[in-house]
Amino acid sequence: MNDLDTATGAVVALRGITIRFPGVLALDGVDFFLRPGEIHSLMGENGAGKSTLIKALTGVYSVDAGTITVGGAERVFAGTADAQDAGISTVYQEVNLCTNLSVGENVMLGHEPRRTGGGIDWRAVHRQAREHLAGLGLEIDTRSTLAAHSLAIQQLVAISRAMVLDAKVLILDEPTSSLDRGEVAQLFAVMRALRDTGVAILFVSHFLDQVYEISDRITVLRNGRLVGEYPAAELPRDQLVSRMIGRELDELAQLSQSAERPIDRTVAPVLRASGVGRRGVLSPADLEVYPGEVVGLAGLLGSGRTEFVRLLVGADKADEGVIEVHGAPARMSSPRHAIQKRIAYSSEDRRGEGVIGDLTVAENIVLGIQARRGWMRPIRRAEHDQLVSEYMSALGVRPADPNALVRNLSGGNQQKVLLARWLATAPELIVLDEPTRGIDVGAKADIQRKVAELAADGLSVIFISSELEEVLRLAQRVSVMRDRRKIGELDSALVDLDQLIDYIANEGEGSAA
Amino acid sequence: MKKLVRHRLFWPITALITLIVINTAARPQFISITVRDGELYGALIDILRNSAPLMLVALGMTIVIATRGIDLSVGAIMAVSGAVALTVIDTSGAPGSLGTVFVALVVALLVSLVLGSWNGLLVSVLGIQPIIATLVLMLAGRGVALLITGGFITTVTSAPYKFIATGYVVGLPFALFISAVAIAVIALVERRTALGMLTEAVGINPAASRLAGVRAKGIVFGAYATSGLLAGMAGVLYSSNIMAADANATGLYIELYAILAVVLGGTSLMGGTFTIAGTVVGVFTIQTLESTILFLGVPSAQAPVFFAIVVIVVVLVQSPRLHRLARRLLSRRSRDDDAGRPASQTKTPVEVAS
Repeated sequence: MNDLDTATGAVVALRGITIRFPGVLALDGVDFFLRPGEIHSLMGENGAGKSTLIKALTGVYSVDAGTITVGGAERVFAGTADAQDAGISTVYQEVNLCTNLSVGENVMLGHEPRRTGGGIDWRAVHRQAREHLAGLGLEIDTRSTLAAHSLAIQQLVAISRAMVLDAKVLILDEPTSSLDRGEVAQLFAVMRALRDTGVAILFVSHFLDQVYEISDRITVLRNGRLVGEYPAAELPRDQLVSRMIGRELDELAQLSQSAERPIDRTVAPVLRASGVGRRGVLSPADLEVYPGEVVGLAGLLGSGRTEFVRLLVGADKADEGVIEVHGAPARMSSPRHAIQKRIAYSSEDRRGEGVIGDLTVAENIVLGIQARRGWMRPIRRAEHDQLVSEYMSALGVRPADPNALVRNLSGGNQQKVLLARWLATAPELIVLDEPTRGIDVGAKADIQRKVAELAADGLSVIFISSELEEVLRLAQRVSVMRDRRKIGELDSALVDLDQLIDYIANEGEGSAA
Repeated sequence: MKKLVRHRLFWPITALITLIVINTAARPQFISITVRDGELYGALIDILRNSAPLMLVALGMTIVIATRGIDLSVGAIMAVSGAVALTVIDTSGAPGSLGTVFVALVVALLVSLVLGSWNGLLVSVLGIQPIIATLVLMLAGRGVALLITGGFITTVTSAPYKFIATGYVVGLPFALFISAVAIAVIALVERRTALGMLTEAVGINPAASRLAGVRAKGIVFGAYATSGLLAGMAGVLYSSNIMAADANATGLYIELYAILAVVLGGTSLMGGTFTIAGTVVGVFTIQTLESTILFLGVPSAQAPVFFAIVVIVVVLVQSPRLHRLARRLLSRRSRDDDAGRPASQTKTPVEVAS
């Protein structure tokens, strides 16, 4: 364990790692080196191979080619236990601890000190757990239930647990995605302390600010290949991004014209909602969407954005209000009704309510059309193939294999498949709920460009995103939600980001709803 | 070769062939088929003929399992169906006439369809868990059958009805044609229309299917109704074979054998992707095993144990986890051979973190 890789001084050296899934070359001859006492960020778009590399390193996947050297000795990991034995510990985004046990039990699980006679010495368990936590600068009641603590604390407990296992290598996969600013600072303090004791830390995050704040070194992957390894201080941010996505970023800038496109509001709106609401879910709200218009819905998480659109498309039932489609009243009590009125809804929960993971890309794409046609009228083979390949290439779904299972695709590509499913149904209005959440920069740009293009061709869009820049870039009009009601509507050409944030935070404060 | 081994039906078919080979080795006449009066006889023909009721039930079970459900009531529906058919014949003036048998058949199937629809209603509209919803009828159904037969085992004499299970057409058992037609109809309806794909979508992710506009409730309802109808036909076959409606013995444990057949064929109990061909192979495997027990002269008291042992072996042989273990042991033996991919998955990466 004390031996380091001779060539690089790395405690973990991955060389020429290749991993293949059916139809997907997930990693193609990737080298990766992790040195003691460094925080090393692994960067890349979704689908670049970050997760796969981590899973190779933690023994979840075994490699098709290449070598893994830990502490100077070559290893073959046949399972996660092998990797743990080698001193590699992982803390995932979703903490994999037992939330119903106490903090102390979680920290010491499997390493409980024994009394003579074999029983567990609980007093010693909690004392040792306290010591381990204190080593990370944490003071937590070890007898409290883990579930009683915030996710941030749970993650820190998971890290202390890794230290109990005497880990020399700590992998943190998106640890900050659900932490607030203070919690991130606490986590980073712990990470720095560990680094200074000689632990090698592999860090993965979508947040560029955090990556630059904490990393000593950055390795960039793209499409399963290594782009390069750089000291963080020598890699400017714009270069990092262009290396991740493999092209320049100015494309997004061109999109901003979309927001200034004039909309003809003298015709009948595609959708008009008056006083649509549901008790305990949403105060009655109005919304109009005109042909070719992109309406943004802005507001914090839980402000009622999702709840509002779900009522509009019949995913949930409204108990008051009227919805008109092209001026005619429409009943929206199930998603089928919306689809029959050519209104498509893409849920924010991509995995849970979007793609069907065990079906193929092609099946996922035709599902929407097929559902509308009914089971007795299957799409003819030739038509089916043409449709699938047309939408796959229009949206740039990768891998370009219609028979790949959707679950094997990255988040961004799953989102493209969903978009393809809905566009194939030829909708007049498409409701996109967080279509860019958790996907990489490149896929984000692809999806935004596609939305702008479609709207310019006359498709109406309701666009929800937590990233307000996106909303302002694409939408001509922004509806702002707060506390489960609509607080106002802004012309996006007339406001900038700061004004929008200010509006979300302060407008209507104190005034009657 | 590798591709052949990877085929989803490779292990089910291997298990079936192995059973046939073992039987033939034990007693060579197992595989012989003789012609008597232009009709085919032999152990294999018996297997094909006797498998018909289980085949019908297992086909329905496959569709139900694909929707992430289960139908425990099939045995009870068989009992009701047999009771209805024989009671109609028994109470008619002319038990031997084709018309009577036709009416009996239609009434029995209609009643079964209604019972299947009742299951479908409970599961799809009322949202009751499938295992509970169908348990209701599983427990109550035999009582209903007893009610219909007045608490007796109804026996009848009706040549046309007896023909359904024991008759021959162009040298082959008529029952074989019934199961062949059922297989063909189910396979065509599921795979030539979009029903199979939509059923799989509902089974894999009901919420996403609903938002995609799939009539999830209709599809689930239809699966249980179909299962009920097929079980009804199986009940007719069963009662025709013994020419009696025995409410307690008809289709006893058949739900469990049907589930076993579906799983042996390679369809996951978790729902989603299903294989009709696999179920057919699974049914033949179970029926061959039943015959093996008779053929090898296993004492009837020990038959269940023998059956269980063989089932366990067959299931283990098919287990992907065991395959990986075997591969790992083999690759350890030849040191420089790369370990292949013994770790958690060969095909589908499970997301541990997003």
